[in-house]
Amino acid sequence: MTGFAPGTRVRVRNDWPETRGPVHIRTPHYLRGRSGTVVRSLGAFKNPEDLAFARAAPPKALYHVRFDPYEIWSEGQPTDALLVEIFEQWLEPA
Amino acid sequence: MNLIETDGERLLGAVRTLLAAKGVASTAEIQERIAITDKASPGQGARMVARAWTDPDYRALMMEDGSKAAEMLGIPMRGMPPLGVLENAPGVHHLVVCTLCSCYPRAVLGYPPYWFKSAGYRSRAVRDPRGLIAEWGTVLPETTKITVVDSTADYRWMVLPERPAGTAGWSEEKLAAIVREGDMIGVTVSKV
Repeated sequence: MTGFAPGTRVRVRNDWPETRGPVHIRTPHYLRGRSGTVVRSLGAFKNPEDLAFARAAPPKALYHVRFDPYEIWSEGQPTDALLVEIFEQWLEPA
Repeated sequence: MNLIETDGERLLGAVRTLLAAKGVASTAEIQERIAITDKASPGQGARMVARAWTDPDYRALMMEDGSKAAEMLGIPMRGMPPLGVLENAPGVHHLVVCTLCSCYPRAVLGYPPYWFKSAGYRSRAVRDPRGLIAEWGTVLPETTKITVVDSTADYRWMVLPERPAGTAGWSEEKLAAIVREGDMIGVTVSKV
């Protein structure tokens, strides 16, 4: 994992693991498949998707990613922004 | 009803005994954590804001490392998620929400207000932040950029509001007294 530098365009994976069985995920529904820009790295944290099931939880890089709410909702002010913590396993280069 | 004899109280006692027996958490550690939790309130965050308004070095530290800044004022952060601080400025406003559930900077703001966990607040904050905060009487200029921070993972976020006009020369204590819980979530702005 080389990581995403600030300014990198990324896409949140359009994946819905909750349709395949019990999961614990920290990636909001409304961002699946959406693209944004990495603002900063927030460090690495034990993967909550594993912690929730008492499994071994290797640390995963966490990023602050900025999204354009207008692209998501087609309403609101284009100047506004959404800033969300997304784990590395949910991000792919856009 | 005698609370000491309810099933919940018996279950809690059993869990505490097990935690101590297995060396997970001693009675003293649990008592300490209860004391810390009870002490956490918006007054703690307000002290940080007032210090940041009066001390540029502290403000810089707070932006760099919120947890360190909290500890500097005697707020216990051990075992808590890292604290990030979002700085409001002219034309820049932040609003904090957790759309997934209820992530909240409890160490510095205490228990979240009831509406913070409501489905209405959570869904509207990300989609219509201006309409939402207008219900608190907060109307920002159209040119102000609102950044909604959806706090869903391992950080906790608080807003550093702008210092209102008319407070020049005020003491830290007097400033802290005007900082409200909502100012540090971003649904309101600090005012005299």
